[in-house]
Amino acid sequence: MSSLFQGRVFSNGVSEERKDLLRDVIRSKRFVLVAGILIVLFILPLFAPRFFVYIIALIYVTALLAMSLNMVVGYGGLFQFHHAVFYGVGAYAVALMLTKTSLPMWIGFIVGPIAAAITGLIIGWFCVRLTKLYFGMLQISLGSLIWAIVYRWYSFTGGDDGIHGIHMPAFLSSLNSSYYFILIIFVICLIVMYMILKSPFGNTLQAIRDNSQRCEAVGINVKRYQLLGIVVATFFAGVAGVLFVVLEKSVFAEMLFWVLSLEIFIMCLLGGWFTFAGPILGAAITVALRTFVGRYTEYWTLILGVMLILVIFFLPEGVMGFFQQLLKPGTKEVTERGKG
Amino acid sequence: MTFGPAELLSQLLVGISRSMILFVVCAGLSFVLGVLRIPNIAHGTLYMIGAFATFSITKMFAGSTGFWIALIVAPLLVAVVSLVAERALFCHLYQREHLMLLLFTFAISLILGDLVKIVWGAEYKSVSAPALLKGSISILGASFPRYNLFLILVGPLVAIAIWLFTNKTKIGKISRAAAVDREMVGVLGINVSWVFAIAFVIGCYLAGIGGALVAPTVSITLGMDHTLIIEAFLIVIIGGLGNMWGALVGSLIFGITHSFGVLFWPQFAIVFPYIAVVIVLLLRPKGLLKSVW
Repeated sequence: MSSLFQGRVFSNGVSEERKDLLRDVIRSKRFVLVAGILIVLFILPLFAPRFFVYIIALIYVTALLAMSLNMVVGYGGLFQFHHAVFYGVGAYAVALMLTKTSLPMWIGFIVGPIAAAITGLIIGWFCVRLTKLYFGMLQISLGSLIWAIVYRWYSFTGGDDGIHGIHMPAFLSSLNSSYYFILIIFVICLIVMYMILKSPFGNTLQAIRDNSQRCEAVGINVKRYQLLGIVVATFFAGVAGVLFVVLEKSVFAEMLFWVLSLEIFIMCLLGGWFTFAGPILGAAITVALRTFVGRYTEYWTLILGVMLILVIFFLPEGVMGFFQQLLKPGTKEVTERGKG
Repeated sequence: MTFGPAELLSQLLVGISRSMILFVVCAGLSFVLGVLRIPNIAHGTLYMIGAFATFSITKMFAGSTGFWIALIVAPLLVAVVSLVAERALFCHLYQREHLMLLLFTFAISLILGDLVKIVWGAEYKSVSAPALLKGSISILGASFPRYNLFLILVGPLVAIAIWLFTNKTKIGKISRAAAVDREMVGVLGINVSWVFAIAFVIGCYLAGIGGALVAPTVSITLGMDHTLIIEAFLIVIIGGLGNMWGALVGSLIFGITHSFGVLFWPQFAIVFPYIAVVIVLLLRPKGLLKSVW
């Protein structure tokens, strides 16, 4: 059975000339596109209604979470089944610091991602010894352990009620200011993530995904790289958790529940595993579906489920992956093979 | 804190009886995982459908006959739902990798979950146990609900039935063979696609039985599938994938640690089974008993 991940090995087989040519065109167009989108997003709060601004900010937070998962799933090939735990840990860390201590809030903003990364280090340390489904299941059991503790420790975490009405400093109190804060952090994180994935470290991670045995044979410490990948990804998940607190000013135990983990997975799948920006699209689709379809009917998950089935049947590389294939016809036959 | 032997015994029996429901569900999940290699998240939702169907069927009849009829009809209804899903959707995807199948079954579970909401609504439902199994009896000084005793009897019966099916019937043997080497089974001229369909339906039928059995002991509600399926997956993993006896051992570990957790530290009772699972996975990452994978 040829796996989706292994299929990607071949996608570099496009002839070099053609790749360069295409890359130049796409890159210049893409640069204009990205700049244009950024400008629109920055002036958005000036004319858009409040609710819309809130939804867009929620999409940034969710997208950052989905992209952090994609770092280890799409690029790392790991079965990171319980990513939501790290998001929740980041959010709870900052929420607890802001409510239980009187430390300045920026310390909380740093502690959140670091707490998530440390949790990622501990859980990852146990998990990387296993592979595939066993990796995922051990992570789910360790993650569920943390969820169960948060869910039941009423005196400390607020249990299933969560923590509400967290006080934010003055410069983050209005929706527009938190929108800008989230957007700026989001863009910075995107740039850093992009740089990480294009760095030798990112390339090694992808090489391990494609063929871990060969990587081991050439002297790469596979487990250590995977663990480092998990730590980096969980750090960004923690950042997303902090941004969620900035936006919502509350945290819930559901943020650590495994259903959310699968929802993030779905976002990556909808957008496309192997594309950098795919998860953003997937997050946008999911959040928009929940908000706008959720207004008319309470059965929005039904529609999400049907969409997901259609994507799995017809667009196994996700919506973004599909459009990229249209742009680069050379890789098409290769992905057919990848489908197996 | 001190507990008399009576409390410990009754708590142990409660734990075992809860384990039996988990076992029935997990045996089905494990069977599907073993034969079809599908990590079926929709299994939990089928269990929920079984519980809701039991509620409706019990209500249709006066007295306690309704429950006994439901115990037979509700799992069959679940089996029909799963047969439709298998023939319409799953059978086209067997060649895909696990991750895709997992997300696919999650999509099915989302759809089925919303269908349950459409059919039965979002309110809590409850089923009362039949008159025969109401009340409690006393064992060595500990009072013990009759229904739980019934569960403790049913669990081994289901285990024996599954054992007989997989070891003594032709279709069971074929499905075991398909679990080991599906290509070879195909080469021998057996329609593997239908073997898979039957194995899938049987697995889901067990989920339906689990749902029907659990109905009188809990309040039936949306979301009960989410809590169950995660436990079921962990049980199947710690027991050894596709191993029915492993599912039994895993269920007992899960159920008993939980019930003793309730006794010793009620607030964190749900934490104990997860600790047990983590310990098992750290010591024996591939499960306690032999996995068919």
